[in-house]
Amino acid sequence: MLKRVHFGPSALPYLLVLPQILVTVIFFMWPASQALYQSLLVEDPFGLSSKFVWFENFEDLFADPLYWGSFQRTFFFSFLVASLSMGSALLLAVMADRVVKGSGLYRTLLIWPYAVAPAAAGALWFFMFNPTLGILPYILQFMGYDWNHKVNGNEAMALVIFAAAWKQIAYNFLFFLAGLHSIPKSLIEAAAIDGAGPARRFVSIVFPLLSPTTFFLLVINVVYAFFETFGIVDAITSGGPANSTQILVYKVYNDGFVGLDLGGSAAQSVILMGIVIGLTVIQFKFVEKKVSYND
Amino acid sequence: MASVKLDNIQKIYPNGFKAIHGVDVDVKDGEFLVLVGPSGCGKSTLLRMIAGLETVSGGELKIGDKIVNDLEPSKRDIAMVFQNYALYPHMTVYNNMAYGLKIMGLSKSEIDERVKNVAGILELTDEQLTRKPRQLSGGQRQRVAMGRAIVRKPSVFLFDEPLSNLDAKLRVQMRVEIKRLQASLGITSVYVTHDQVEAMTLGHRLMVLNEGVVEQLGTPIELYERPASLFVAEFIGSPSMNIMDAKIGAEGSSVDITKDISIAITSDKLSSYAGKGVKLGVRPEHLEFAEGDENALPLTVTLVEHLGADTLVHGHFGDDKTDMTVRRSGILKAVPGDQLPISITRNHIHLFDTNTSRRIDL
Repeated sequence: MLKRVHFGPSALPYLLVLPQILVTVIFFMWPASQALYQSLLVEDPFGLSSKFVWFENFEDLFADPLYWGSFQRTFFFSFLVASLSMGSALLLAVMADRVVKGSGLYRTLLIWPYAVAPAAAGALWFFMFNPTLGILPYILQFMGYDWNHKVNGNEAMALVIFAAAWKQIAYNFLFFLAGLHSIPKSLIEAAAIDGAGPARRFVSIVFPLLSPTTFFLLVINVVYAFFETFGIVDAITSGGPANSTQILVYKVYNDGFVGLDLGGSAAQSVILMGIVIGLTVIQFKFVEKKVSYND
Repeated sequence: MASVKLDNIQKIYPNGFKAIHGVDVDVKDGEFLVLVGPSGCGKSTLLRMIAGLETVSGGELKIGDKIVNDLEPSKRDIAMVFQNYALYPHMTVYNNMAYGLKIMGLSKSEIDERVKNVAGILELTDEQLTRKPRQLSGGQRQRVAMGRAIVRKPSVFLFDEPLSNLDAKLRVQMRVEIKRLQASLGITSVYVTHDQVEAMTLGHRLMVLNEGVVEQLGTPIELYERPASLFVAEFIGSPSMNIMDAKIGAEGSSVDITKDISIAITSDKLSSYAGKGVKLGVRPEHLEFAEGDENALPLTVTLVEHLGADTLVHGHFGDDKTDMTVRRSGILKAVPGDQLPISITRNHIHLFDTNTSRRIDL
């Protein structure tokens, strides 16, 4: 059997992929190569001249304890955001899967947060937790807890983690729910007849069969936590207090556009790109082995 | 080992639809009961109620001496083979079979012994035990599904159309194997199928269901020889029974098929039907060619099918062109357009009431 359909030579297929290639080149390849190039330059404070310095920017970065701090913080942040949002989404999806009546409404409501822009989500959490006007610090105060994430770095970190995770729950929920729907009902019934209770069925049958979905979401969530949380951090804490919520992607912005160290900022974004590529490769190489795909 | 007793079992869905209208049956210990009927007749629902996968809306369900109406499936001491096998795709064949045993809390060595033993019975090799279900052929998956059921030593086996995903040749082979296994293990079994050949060959008794109502319960021979209703008559046997309109003679001593052709019957049961219309049934294999018989039906041949061992002749007779199929053994040289004289003998006819569709016993 022929594996491929053979067409005669024609320009049409090339024309059809051209828009996609153009988009990739203009919006990804070009900026990425610019960043690569920039990372090897040092500009003067007024932006009038630049000097090629090879890897000096990288050397400076690795010698900077603030950078290593941000590095650790980012891993901590990403791990918690991914596990928190995936964990809650899975819980909600399992619950929603059991709902018989009004499941459509339930699902729609759970998907809404995904439609909220990161900056808007950040603003929402900013107001809710605002130490002077927020409703939650007000409630916490009654319970004897004095919430002030503008002073307390740990509280600030907790807040951005919650906000970032909350934002992603809807997306994860949608995929987990679809994953749950794709598990044949008869498998669950067979396990029930085999004597497995709901918890055991979940652990030994449902969860392993969801592993392709879980793996996909893990990759997506890690990338999300690394790159797309900028808006949330900026709106809620702007990286503070005392850099305690300055994750790598925020530091790229802060050093580049606030500190105007364009070369250093570019070097950071190159490293960030490298980390995400590396993490994705690791996930595909090692985590995927534990994934069992169906026929 | 246990009996399964259904006493006026009913299923009514929340929307008010009544899927099962009160089924009574006593499946004896070691018996093989087949539930058969067209799709949507409620046979799978009934099986799933026995399994505990559907709730029982009314009546009493007993496995052994225990009323199990509200028991969890796992507490009913049953095993089920599903239509799509429902093997756990992420587990090896060995673990598929061992899963239920692990939950039972058996020791590792006992699990191993049981699984190996059953694998031996089903002729699954050690190498196959280490594979995942997706690496097996349809027939092998079927065996694993059976193995998973057998290994638990349940008191009742439930089969939900287990052979319908197999190709024709494998189906015959597995059918024989299931029958042999059930006989040697002696485990009470309830088997659901829409295939009447499977039903006839496997079951000690058959229950024919139609729209949630039991049409007839009996041995395969009983169903074949004395179908209790038109539905059973047409459902059991392949090709299905020829059904035609007929009239009982004024004296109640003859069945008139056409104006000129009738069959004499001496039975006092027919007196109440004198002069009325009835349905007459006769199986294709019971029709004979009768050269020179003036009481024969003139069949106009429309189609001839050669099966090798048998020949099926399709045709019609009479002014209203009533369809009729004749089955004769051997190869019959006939072509469309031929006129063949067909005789119907008294011993092979079945009569049914036109209004109730029930059998009229002669």
